[in-house]
Amino acid sequence: MALSKTAHIVTAYGEELDQLADELARMGGLVETQLETAIAAIVRRDSTLVQAVRDREKQVNQMQVDVEKRVLRLFALRQPLATDLRMTISALKISTDLERVGDLAKNIAYRAKDLSEYPALALIDRVERLGAIVIKQLHEVLDALSSFEIEPAIRVWRTDDEVDERYNALVREMLVSMGENSGLVEPGVHILFVAKNLERIGDHATNIAEALHFMVTATPLEADSPPPA
Amino acid sequence: MPDNHPQAQIYDSHSGGERPIKVAARDVCVEYNGKQALNHVSIDIPDRSVTAFIGPSGCGKSTFLRCLNRMNDTIEGARVTGSLKIDGREVNDRAVDPVVLRASVGMVFQKPNPFPKSIYDNVAYGPRIHGLALSKNALDGIVETALRKAGLWEEVSDRLADPGTSLSGGQQQRLVIARAIAINPEVILMDEPCSALDPIATAKIEELIDELRENYCIIIVTHSMQQAARVSQKTAFFHMGNLVEFGPTEDIFTNPRDPRTQDYITGRFG
Amino acid sequence: MTDTPDTTSIRDAVNQHLARRYRAETRFQLAGLSAVAAAVGILAVLLGSIIAQGLPAFTVHQLVLPVQLNAELVDREGDGSEASLRRGSYSRVLQEAIRAEFPDVSARRDLRNLFGLYTPLNSTRLMDEVLARPELVGTTHTFRMPIADDLDLYLKGRLVEDRTLDTAGALTAQAGEDGVLVQSSEPDFAGLSADITDLVNAEARLLETRAEQARLRSEDLTGTEREDALFEAGRLAADAADMRARAATQDGWLVLNADLPSILVEANGTTLRLTELSSDGRRARAETLLGEAEIDAREDWTLYVVDTPESRRRVSDQAIVWTRALSDRGRISHDFNTYLFANADSREPELAGVKGALYGSILTMLITVALSVPVGVFTALYLEEYAPKNRFTDLIEVNINNLAAVPSIVFGLLGLAVFINAFGLPRSAPLVGGLVLSLMTLPTVIIATRAALKAVPASIRQAALAVGASKTQTVFHHVLPLAAPGILTGSIIGLAQALGETAPLLMIGMVAFIADAPTLGLEGLTQPATVMPVQIFLWSDGAERAFEARTAAAILVLLALMIGFNGLAIYLRRRFERRW
Repeated sequence: MALSKTAHIVTAYGEELDQLADELARMGGLVETQLETAIAAIVRRDSTLVQAVRDREKQVNQMQVDVEKRVLRLFALRQPLATDLRMTISALKISTDLERVGDLAKNIAYRAKDLSEYPALALIDRVERLGAIVIKQLHEVLDALSSFEIEPAIRVWRTDDEVDERYNALVREMLVSMGENSGLVEPGVHILFVAKNLERIGDHATNIAEALHFMVTATPLEADSPPPA
Repeated sequence: MPDNHPQAQIYDSHSGGERPIKVAARDVCVEYNGKQALNHVSIDIPDRSVTAFIGPSGCGKSTFLRCLNRMNDTIEGARVTGSLKIDGREVNDRAVDPVVLRASVGMVFQKPNPFPKSIYDNVAYGPRIHGLALSKNALDGIVETALRKAGLWEEVSDRLADPGTSLSGGQQQRLVIARAIAINPEVILMDEPCSALDPIATAKIEELIDELRENYCIIIVTHSMQQAARVSQKTAFFHMGNLVEFGPTEDIFTNPRDPRTQDYITGRFG
Repeated sequence: MTDTPDTTSIRDAVNQHLARRYRAETRFQLAGLSAVAAAVGILAVLLGSIIAQGLPAFTVHQLVLPVQLNAELVDREGDGSEASLRRGSYSRVLQEAIRAEFPDVSARRDLRNLFGLYTPLNSTRLMDEVLARPELVGTTHTFRMPIADDLDLYLKGRLVEDRTLDTAGALTAQAGEDGVLVQSSEPDFAGLSADITDLVNAEARLLETRAEQARLRSEDLTGTEREDALFEAGRLAADAADMRARAATQDGWLVLNADLPSILVEANGTTLRLTELSSDGRRARAETLLGEAEIDAREDWTLYVVDTPESRRRVSDQAIVWTRALSDRGRISHDFNTYLFANADSREPELAGVKGALYGSILTMLITVALSVPVGVFTALYLEEYAPKNRFTDLIEVNINNLAAVPSIVFGLLGLAVFINAFGLPRSAPLVGGLVLSLMTLPTVIIATRAALKAVPASIRQAALAVGASKTQTVFHHVLPLAAPGILTGSIIGLAQALGETAPLLMIGMVAFIADAPTLGLEGLTQPATVMPVQIFLWSDGAERAFEARTAAAILVLLALMIGFNGLAIYLRRRFERRW
């Protein structure tokens, strides 16, 4: 699936662009799995999942390196222009964002190990809720990326406010709880970090939505951009 | 028509604001023996900048270029209609003498075509036939200035009597440019000036074009998209005799509006 | 590309055909090479035969005689005026000069033969010399004149077969009642008499064979035909018997006549012709051709044989004897033939030259160049650069191309009808010849010029137009100079063709015998003249054998002219050729 409806005259060039899109999609899928696994580990207090996350993390990093190499190759050998240029540039940006999401997911998974040493927290369902929203965001933006649709991307971009609100509420409640019960401070800090990471993943999803918007329309996604249909 | 896009001026580092219009075409049509080669082209080309015409072969870009100095007159069966003004003066008018017109609209061709005469005579030819120099010294001055402007003086100052054809391809093309600017034209037309040159010679010509645009209105036809992107401030895309899109070069190469432009510059089946 | 077995099979197929392809290549090269060799060979044979025939004409044997320019003969009025000198009897002067060489000659017939050593036209040349230098009157002047054409050929060894035999004995000659008796102390004449007997016998055998053939033929015939054949056989048999009888010596003497080789004996300024040979090989009877018939036992004598019988050659023994004597006395010099270039045509081959034809050719060519080149070039320029492309110009173009293919004699007819009959221009004049040849050359020049103009790249025209040159400036500053080598080459080839043209000139009377060269100038244009190829044609028809060599020589001159022309074309092309 390419951004343009017509095929390249140089088939190999078109194929390379398609492969770049494929690599990005596979990387996105992997990162999504990483995030889902990490949140499951936190919610289910299952530290056995951490090892799987660690293993996949290496894969994610390798994929980012591959995407960078491919982009470099395209610039050097094909000098992409117009949509191809925007697609290549955006792919580079998106892969960086995905790699960061992967890092953050790994960080969350590591905290599951520490959290499992403490009794279960009441606030954990709030974390789960936040996680579900972020996963949905990431999932939607990656779907949009694979089909080059901008409406879902804009929707994701707008959902970011909700993530921020939920995150702020969670932080407030956590701080109150920690003030009331000093025994909660240590697991609370971990929870705060997890929430912070989820919020950052949400930001990265927004970045990806912005990059996708530029890729397709050549204009930056701004506050006055038309709302999704 | 997305011309005079406000963003264009932001990227145009040499520009101090909006350039005055040098060439204004309205509904220019060209027929060759009844076959439409150019279809109602309207375009405003700014002064002191480089405008690139791109498009597939036979799209009419060279035809339009030749309208500007009435070189179409020399082709049998060519008929030009519409209004074409340079500095507000109508070009496509029977009353305008093409010889006078061509003195103010220089042209550089695809293949370097120096006269088989000396380097000096090549440059001096135009000023001589137009009577621009009153003395030998004045002519020497014109030749030197033109060669300097064309960035060729350092290379040829000690062998002005050598034949122009003894120079390398890139030098020949710069000699031809020197010949064109020796008569101090207002507009310089370039028809694929680098298509026969190697990359280094091409780079030198491009650098020269970039310098010349401070004083001249330069219109360049090129098949190399990269070249159009490198040297021009504005780009016009022609397709099947139509002017499809005209706008700041940055916009054309990052975000063309028309799908035909898009397909052409990204190298897709149109 | 993808499956290897296919590649191998393709390679095998290619290899199979490879040898055949190489053979075809070699065959083709050989064919080309042999074609070139054949062409070169034919050319070499042609040139070689022309040069071999023509070279002798570039030299001439001249009589160098001291002539007594007696005032009473030369200066009739005695006042030394031109009118007086013109009335002088120069032929008498020459006759006396040659008689002084051979004072013994007195019979009228012999004298006529003696004066035949040179052509009387030389007296005019002597007059011209005297007119140029009147102070010569009364002096003895050394006058050079070409010897008669046949004798010139004889001296060049191209007229008769002759040989000088070795002699061993001492020679004695004595005048007797039945001629001079010649005796050698050794059998010096033995070989000769054997040769001549063989010759006569061979002739007799030939006659006998023919007689036998005629007799056999008669058997198949009837009536008068049979009688004719039998009569013929009888006559031939009688001739053969006659021959046999002559070969069988009478009283030991073999009689010589004009049908047999001439045998001459020279000693001490005396020349004897043998009339009878003795069978002993030592004695012979002879008649005196030159000098006194008294020789006394001389060791240094020459036995000279002219194998071509006197009846079958154009020079008599007497003339040969006089010529050899003059040669011995140093009265004949072998020089470069200036007459060939300094003279116009003449009835006498030894005085005939190509000057008139050369001047005629030059004048004709001048007219042709002056007309066909500018008209042709400007026509081509207009058609190529200015004329609109339409039916009318297409028609003109087709007609010009057709004109180039019109037989040249048609142009001659046109010249006759238009220039001579309608315009009343003089016949045989270089002016008319030049006009006719111009018409003939025009299409060539136009086509060559158009081709040259077409070859000038469009980029040069565009370049000139783009800097604001007008159409005319473009053409004259750029296109024409670049096309110049092509135009020059085309024009010169057209002119060379015109230079070698005969047919159209026949129609306008340039084929006449013209003894005076036209003057190289404006007035020469209307004087009667001929041109080189016509001169060659005229000479090739000449009765005298000496014209054969002169024809070849004139061809060589024309060839040299052509090579010069083509050389000029190549030089100009190299000189003006420019790269673009």
